[in-house]
Amino acid sequence: MQTVQPRSLPLRLPRVRPGGVLPILAILAVLLVLVGIRQPDFLAPQSLMSFLGRSAPIILLAAGQYFVIVSGEFDLSVGSLVTAQVVVAARLIDSDPARTWPVVLLLLAFGALVGLVNGLITTRLRVPSFITTLGMFLILVGAVYLWSDGAPKGGLSEEFRRFGRRAFEDVPVLGRVPYALLVLVVLAVAAVLLMRSDFGRTLVAVGDNPRTAELSGVRVWRTRTFAFILSGLAAAVAAILLGGYSGVSFQAGAGLEFGAITAVVLGGVALGGGRGAVVGAMLGALTLELLFALMNFYGVSGALRSTVQGGIILLAVAVSATRSSSR
Amino acid sequence: MSALSLLPARRSVPGVFVALTLTLTIGWLVVLLDGGQLFNQSTTVSLLHVAAGLGLVAVGQTLVILGGSLDLSVAYVISLSTLVAAETMNGSDGAVLPAIGLVLVVSAGVGLLNGLLVTRFRVNAFIATLGVGLLLKGYLDNGYDGPAGTTAPSLVQALGYQRVGPVPVSFLLLIAVTAAAWFALSRTRFGHHLVAVGGDPEVARLSGVRNDRVLVTAHVLCSMCAGLAGIYLASRLGSGAPRVGTEGLYDLESIAAVVIGGTALAGGRGGVIGTVGGVLLLASIDAIFNQLEVDAFFKQVIRGVIIIAAVAVYARRAMRKAA
Repeated sequence: MQTVQPRSLPLRLPRVRPGGVLPILAILAVLLVLVGIRQPDFLAPQSLMSFLGRSAPIILLAAGQYFVIVSGEFDLSVGSLVTAQVVVAARLIDSDPARTWPVVLLLLAFGALVGLVNGLITTRLRVPSFITTLGMFLILVGAVYLWSDGAPKGGLSEEFRRFGRRAFEDVPVLGRVPYALLVLVVLAVAAVLLMRSDFGRTLVAVGDNPRTAELSGVRVWRTRTFAFILSGLAAAVAAILLGGYSGVSFQAGAGLEFGAITAVVLGGVALGGGRGAVVGAMLGALTLELLFALMNFYGVSGALRSTVQGGIILLAVAVSATRSSSR
Repeated sequence: MSALSLLPARRSVPGVFVALTLTLTIGWLVVLLDGGQLFNQSTTVSLLHVAAGLGLVAVGQTLVILGGSLDLSVAYVISLSTLVAAETMNGSDGAVLPAIGLVLVVSAGVGLLNGLLVTRFRVNAFIATLGVGLLLKGYLDNGYDGPAGTTAPSLVQALGYQRVGPVPVSFLLLIAVTAAAWFALSRTRFGHHLVAVGGDPEVARLSGVRNDRVLVTAHVLCSMCAGLAGIYLASRLGSGAPRVGTEGLYDLESIAAVVIGGTALAGGRGGVIGTVGGVLLLASIDAIFNQLEVDAFFKQVIRGVIIIAAVAVYARRAMRKAA
C-alpha cells in the first residue's frame, strides 16, 4: 500500500536507489495479498507453479526488451516477431515430430537475425529504433500473412508443444513444475549473470551516456546491436513457449511489445536507458500477469481490463517519477 | 537567431516532396505500362480522402513530436470521437454543431490529461499516452461491440463526400488545419517556444519559456486534431466505429508520416508542411499499389521498408552535414 502514497513515502523509507527493485517488490507483495484474500488456493504451490509457467513468455520478452531499453533504444517488433515465429513453426513442422529440433534451431536463428537487422539499421544507418522496429513490425506482419495466404497452415508437433504445455509431474513439495518455468529460471539466471559481466556494465554505460562510452573505447554500435539480438532471441524462446501453450494463430503475439515495454517500465527501468535492473524488468512482467489474474478473480470484465491496466501503469509510473524528482 | 534556428525546418521540407514527385512519376509510368491510369478522377479522389484522414492526425502529431513528446493515444481518441459525434447527432441535422463542439471538448480533455501526465507527473510520453490509450480502449471495448449512432446526413454529404472538382472538402479541411498549424509554428510565440522546448528543454526553461504550459497546449491541440479526424471518419462511415482508429493504425502511421516528413523524432526540428508531404507519400504508395492490385499484405511489407528507408536517407544527410 505504501506505493500509492507518494508524498509521505520518501520520509519513511530509507532512500530507494533510482532504478532499484524495491518499489516493484512492494507492488507485487500488495497484489499477492489481494489475491490471497480473494483466492487462497492460488497461493498453493501447484497453481503458483503453473501460473509462473504461463507467465514465462512475457517475462522472457520483458528481459529481452530490458537489454534494448537499458542501452537507450526500443524494440517494437517483438510482438510481430512472436506471431511470425509461431506461424512459421507450424508451417515448417507440419505436424512432423522429426522436424521439431531443426525448426527450434531455425527459430532461434531467425530471432537473432531479426535482432541483428534491427540493430544494424538502428546503429549503422542511424534510424531511430522506434522507426526501425515499427517498420520491422509492419514488414513481419505483412510477410507472415503473405507467406501463409491469410490463414495459418500446418501444425505444431506434440514434441514442439511440450515445451509450453508439459511439466515434470510429482515433484516433491512443488507438485508439478512446468518445463516453461525451468526454461525461465535458467534464462533468468543467465540474464542476471550477463548483466553482472563486463558486457552488462557496458550496456548500461552505453544507455546512460553513449558519448562517454564511445570515448572510453566502447564500440557503442556493437553493444546496442547485441542487445537487439538478445531481444530477438528472447522473442524466439517466448514464441516456442507460447506456441506450445496456446497454439497457432495470427494473434499469438499481438500487443506483446507494449506489454513488455510496460513491464520493463513498471520494473523501474528508465526509458532512454542507463538505469534499472533486469530483475526489476522481469518482476514488472510478473506483476502485470498477476494483475490480470487478480482481475479475473475479482470478475472484472475482459473489456475493462485495459482500463484497469492503463490506470495502474499511469499511477505506478507517475508515483515513481514524482518521487525520484522530489529527492 | 530565430531565423537561424528555423533554417533546418525550411530546408528539410523539399526532401519529402522530391520523393513524392518521384514516387508519383514512377507510379504513373508503372501503372500506365500495366494498362491503368493513376490520375483519373476516382483514384485521385480516394487518394486525397486517405490523405485527409491520416493528415489531420499527423499534423497534430507533428506538434507534440516537435515539442519532444509523442502521442500514442490518438487512435483511441479517433474511435471515441466517431462515437461521440455519431451518437450526439443521432441522425439529426440540427445537432451537428453541438456534436462537433462536444467532440472537440472531449478530445481536448484527453489531450489535457496526456499533457498533464507528461509535464506535471513527469511520466515518459510513451508510457503516459499508451496508458491513456489503454484507459480509452477499456471504455470502448466495454461499451461497444460494433458501430453505434448515426451521423447527420448533411454532415455526411458535406464533409464525407462533397468535393470541389477532384478535391474533397475533407482535404480542404486538412489544408486549412495545416495552414493554421504552420502559422502557429512559424509566426507565433507558442510555435517558437514549442520548437525551443523540443530542441533543449533546459535551455528553453532558462530562457523563460514555460515548458509545461507549452507542452500541455501541444498535447491538447494534437488530441483535437485527432478529434477532427474522428468527425471526418464518422461522416465518411455514416456512424460511430469503436475500432476504426486502431484498425487504421493511425497511431503508428501518423508518427511514421511525421518522421518521413522530416521532423526529428527527438523534437526541435521539422514542420507541418513536411508532414503533409509524408502523408501524401504514404497515400500515393497506397493508391499506386491499389491500381496495380498488389496483395494487401505485400503492400504492408513495402510500407515498412519505405518508412525505414526514408528515415535512413534523412539520417545519412544529417550525418554528412555534421561531418
